[in-house]
Amino acid sequence: MHELGIAESALELALTHARSAGASRVLRIVIRVGALSGVDPDALRFAFSAILPGTVADGAQLQIDPVPAVAYCSACQKDFFPDTDHFFECTTCGQLSATVKQGRELDLVRLEMI
Amino acid sequence: MSERTSERTPTGAPPASGVILVDVREPDDVPITPPGDALPGTVRSLDLQVRLLDENDRQAAENRALLKARGIRALNLVSSPGSGKTTLLERTLDALAGQVRCAVLVGDLETDNDARRLRRPGLPVAQITTGGTCHLDASMIARGIAALPLDGVQLLFIENVGNLVCPASFDLGENRRVTLLSCTEGEDKPLKYPPIFTSAHAVILNKIDVAAVLGFDRAAALANIRRVAPKADVFELSARTSEGLDRWLAYLRGLL
Repeated sequence: MHELGIAESALELALTHARSAGASRVLRIVIRVGALSGVDPDALRFAFSAILPGTVADGAQLQIDPVPAVAYCSACQKDFFPDTDHFFECTTCGQLSATVKQGRELDLVRLEMI
Repeated sequence: MSERTSERTPTGAPPASGVILVDVREPDDVPITPPGDALPGTVRSLDLQVRLLDENDRQAAENRALLKARGIRALNLVSSPGSGKTTLLERTLDALAGQVRCAVLVGDLETDNDARRLRRPGLPVAQITTGGTCHLDASMIARGIAALPLDGVQLLFIENVGNLVCPASFDLGENRRVTLLSCTEGEDKPLKYPPIFTSAHAVILNKIDVAAVLGFDRAAALANIRRVAPKADVFELSARTSEGLDRWLAYLRGLL
């Protein structure tokens, strides 16, 4: 359960940016979470609900944009969506791949504020 | 507030000017929160696109550069609690004593029990007590490095907090990540907790001395490790009996 630490650093970053932009209230926080990031969206949501009160982001909507995993198969020379998040077995030829093209994202994307 | 109200809306005789002041302004210290939805057009959008682990990754890169400048190779040992990280380190430190200069950073939620177990003459050991945090991060390692006398040290072992989930996300600045799986756990652990195995340079299957007794299927476990970590170096050993330890020690010497 390190989502609390992730949420704290995300909120700190968001509040810093909101403050320097002169926001009186943050309405929405958009975070991108990759399937391989090791972060559970529900746990992240729970952590945010615990730390938002008392800040200018109190009551803000947390929008989590999920990013599916994409791996690369060197035999087929093409990208593929693995069947599950972590077994990078090419869906065409079955070869194992360790090349991750997408899915490790954990980003603070955007703020909406007034 | 009541003081201010009585000042601004005096009762009794009107002031000399004959004007009665009724101040309905909100006191300054009460924040005004717009009720309900914001008015259309007043919402601003601020595009950030910042990676949340940037700060950790920056610190990890700094650790890596600092260790490299001092000629130190670092290994990050991760596993679930009780897989034998500390026992493996004890055996490893004893086997390398007098040949390779080592240092150890040990992370735990509480106690310095592991650091006590690892104490050896001339061996720098520091316990990092996280006080509840489920993993080590790069800033903790930076403080640990600063606390250790590292002159002449060649190998730095970092024993992470016992946890198969969170440590996978945090680069510490290590050169090699080593994930342990023990025969007292399930053969399918690599499939259940893939990120910690996928991100490992080496995987150790520990406690092979008791595998048969437990009915642990080593071939199945190895196949599962291969499945999620096809590029990792794999070692089968028993830290308790030292069976299979030589290949692991050769791997460590190969890092120097």
